[in-house]
Amino acid sequence: MNKDADSKIYSINDLNLVKQRYYEEMKKFNHSIYICSGAGCISSNCGTVRDVLMEELETADLLSTVKINLTGCIGMCNVGPAMIVEPEGVFYCNLKPENMKKIVKKHLLENQIAEEFCYTNIDTGKKVPYIKDIEFFKGQKKVILRNCGQIDYRSMDEYISKEGYFALAKVLQEFTPEQVIEEIEKSGLRGRGGGGFPTGLKWKLTAKAKGNQKYVICNADEGDPGAFMDRSLLEGDPHNIIEGMSIAGYAIGANKGYVYVRAEYPLAIERLDSAINQARERNILGKNILGTDFNFDIEIRIGAGAFVCGEETALICSVEGKRGEPRQKPPYPSDKGLFGKPTIINNAETFGNISVIFLKSSKWYADIGTEKSKGTKVFALAGDVNNTGIIEVPMGITLGEIIFNIGGGIPKGKNLKLHRLEDLLGDA
Amino acid sequence: MSRFIQKSWCKEISEEEKYSLLTDIIEEYENNESNLIQVLHMAQAIFGFLPYKVQSFIAEKMDLPISKVSGVVTFYSFFSTKPKGEYTISVCLGTACYVRGGKKIIERLKELLRIDVGETTKDLKFSLQVKRCIGACGLAPAMSINDKVYKRVNPNKIQQILKEYE
Repeated sequence: MNKDADSKIYSINDLNLVKQRYYEEMKKFNHSIYICSGAGCISSNCGTVRDVLMEELETADLLSTVKINLTGCIGMCNVGPAMIVEPEGVFYCNLKPENMKKIVKKHLLENQIAEEFCYTNIDTGKKVPYIKDIEFFKGQKKVILRNCGQIDYRSMDEYISKEGYFALAKVLQEFTPEQVIEEIEKSGLRGRGGGGFPTGLKWKLTAKAKGNQKYVICNADEGDPGAFMDRSLLEGDPHNIIEGMSIAGYAIGANKGYVYVRAEYPLAIERLDSAINQARERNILGKNILGTDFNFDIEIRIGAGAFVCGEETALICSVEGKRGEPRQKPPYPSDKGLFGKPTIINNAETFGNISVIFLKSSKWYADIGTEKSKGTKVFALAGDVNNTGIIEVPMGITLGEIIFNIGGGIPKGKNLKLHRLEDLLGDA
Repeated sequence: MSRFIQKSWCKEISEEEKYSLLTDIIEEYENNESNLIQVLHMAQAIFGFLPYKVQSFIAEKMDLPISKVSGVVTFYSFFSTKPKGEYTISVCLGTACYVRGGKKIIERLKELLRIDVGETTKDLKFSLQVKRCIGACGLAPAMSINDKVYKRVNPNKIQQILKEYE
């Protein structure tokens, strides 16, 4: 699928070339279909839907003019399998293999919307064909998940076509490590793991700590029941995590990063692993990245089923191959972390914010959210609510908006009696 | 890496070959203590479980005390010291699945397989276990058989699901 996978990338020009070539390539397609292949839709059998779609496209002789993309979670797990057809932006859901023939005929051959397979508004009972009109998507602001459901998670070129790795290139060319940290501080980004510690300060402390060897750890040990934000991010846009970690590495002077993923997420591990290999092959990870003297590589560490390993000192023990037992702080990981060396450990979602801060600006980022909490937050919606799945909203949104506008309210018009915030273990 | 995930990929090979494969893996990981958990993942994929014999083999090869290896094995719920069935049925009892009837799934499975949670059927076909949240909360209650996830499982339809594996 990735025929240019072997072309090395040594500069921002090379990135631009990849992007141009990608858009050139895209011109031959009349339609792009984005099939949700998040873990939720896979269990809803999106694989068979995709296979049948391919067969139908072949029969209709459309394989050369319709591009098929497998994407991460589009967000609406309760109506999976789902897909988006571009350029029209039509959202088809609750798909069954036998529907595909009709959709191919009507939409792709006759250029009409196959409304019967579109989303139905629960209140009005009316069909809502365009994704931009669906309440669930309207109330959201996608920053971290901007690529989830928008690109094929298997393609590094597609990530690059959406400005991927341009933030890293910009940082390496135009920013000193101190300036990187300054930008993160100005953005007001706070850790997304639950504690809300200012990310810039964490990086600053680690950058200042003495030592030649430092580490970056990405905490993707998302163990809290009900939470699957990190999973969706890793499955849908793994390169974004790699880019965020690389920028962190540059900022603190680390040449090595670890992603700690729980073993319960085999799909996330597989996709991240393949993204890391792509990045290595094209010299986005490795030595002299983008023609500079910055070296950085990432390894995956798989958890083994211990809830406590989400706690940072326990997680560090686990990365070291030991029993995941927490220890007293201080010393903090910024002074003595992995193998006793200064380490930053941030949540996967936190790393998901980094590249966009440099693509846009820290000011752009700081304009989203509230006075003390900047940016957006990804939430997993589950339980007795009409729309379940993954959402991203600006900080400061009310719960009512989330439950009733995006979530579509309580099934069967019942009243809201109880909701839980953050994780179900009550430790927020 | 996908070797981590595919469980029964070396079902057909002899005991000796398994140990030689494990030796290669340990060498690949440069005998480095920090890779112990990754080595154990691989060993469990090869042997299906981690009996004392395998643990002491790893301890010797990696030049670690057996207490250390055993300490790690028993700490993490993913590692098993008992043989497992060809198919591991994991019922998610994360909170979303719990409130949506995960327990009923377990009751039904216990009845059908005539084993308790943590046990394996006599023919070594199925093992039953409770799993931590698998992140399919939007589709609760969920269970998985090896790597395949089943959503919104209805206890009355479990028999049908099990038939796929017979």
